[in-house]
Amino acid sequence: MQIIQPHYHAIARTAQDYEKMAMSGVVAVAEPAFWAGFDRAYPETFIDYFRQISEFEPTRAAEYGIRHFCWVGVNPKEAENPPLSYEVLKHMPEFFKKPNVLGVGEIGFHKTTKNEEEIFEAQIELAMKYDQLILIHTPHLQDKIRGTKRTLEVLRHMNAPPERVWIDHVEEHTIREPLEQGYWVGFTLYPITKCSPKRAADMLEEYGHERILVNSSADWGPSDPFTLQECVLEYRRRGHSLQEAIEIFHNNPCRFLGQNPKWDIKPIKVETQEAESIETSTV
Amino acid sequence: MLDQKQVLDRYYLETRCQLVEIAATLDRFDRAESQGEAPQDPRLDQIYASLELLSRSRTSADRSRRLLEMFSDPA
Repeated sequence: MQIIQPHYHAIARTAQDYEKMAMSGVVAVAEPAFWAGFDRAYPETFIDYFRQISEFEPTRAAEYGIRHFCWVGVNPKEAENPPLSYEVLKHMPEFFKKPNVLGVGEIGFHKTTKNEEEIFEAQIELAMKYDQLILIHTPHLQDKIRGTKRTLEVLRHMNAPPERVWIDHVEEHTIREPLEQGYWVGFTLYPITKCSPKRAADMLEEYGHERILVNSSADWGPSDPFTLQECVLEYRRRGHSLQEAIEIFHNNPCRFLGQNPKWDIKPIKVETQEAESIETSTV
Repeated sequence: MLDQKQVLDRYYLETRCQLVEIAATLDRFDRAESQGEAPQDPRLDQIYASLELLSRSRTSADRSRRLLEMFSDPA
């Protein structure tokens, strides 16, 4: 089955990931700009990071037949430093011209502070000005409800087009409102501590698959890119068809990311000579 | 050996996640009613009885043993 990893931090991972992802059906990854595990001191460090994910990573992924796309942005943690953030923002438009850059992300809230909000708004404005897609990080633990509510308020206030915004890391307590307001949402799967493949399958059964993206955790912390494949398996083992799985794990990323014409991978439909064989084919 | 704060620091998030997993499993069971009701099943009673045991904060520190006994056939 062809799979897309819509949220994957390649710079924190080894080539073995690419190799195993390719063997398990991953055809493309999209890499948001994120926190490096420490606060960077210079705008130039961000610029080089953006160069790495927009110029170098596509070549590394291509070795394994995987397409690599990316996003640029100042992550919520480092948005706590507005002078640094504004310097970085000045350089972002030059990256919007790169052939694999899809938009601005991941941006948003970490602790939902005033500084974070100021930089969040500045980045939404920039994205809208340059007609870029927007990828939003929501806080992971006890701050998630507050951060998600404030995210929705900011987006509403700025008239951001909901169909071009992906609100990521939603869980059972934060999924409903963004979906009802027309945004795309994402589940981020972790081996431990956050959303699991089984809970993601539950939410897919409860909310359907319209405007829902599923991505694995894949960063420098405890994470596992193959939680995505675990979720595919869990979903299929519950009796959902191959085509339903393709809609979620391949076609939905194509639908959202394809709003940027640089994303040229199209939704696919399984065709068989006998319809029953769809139900019995392997994941 | 860790002190109490260290235990919380190290295992809080993992435990939180395990509790949410249990909640999600019970929700899944309830939602599955629309696909067909389960006959009276003692396993469900065991799960709820074990949660009751875990909900007592002031009890002896052998919860794991008692839980496993609860899930065991009579000797």
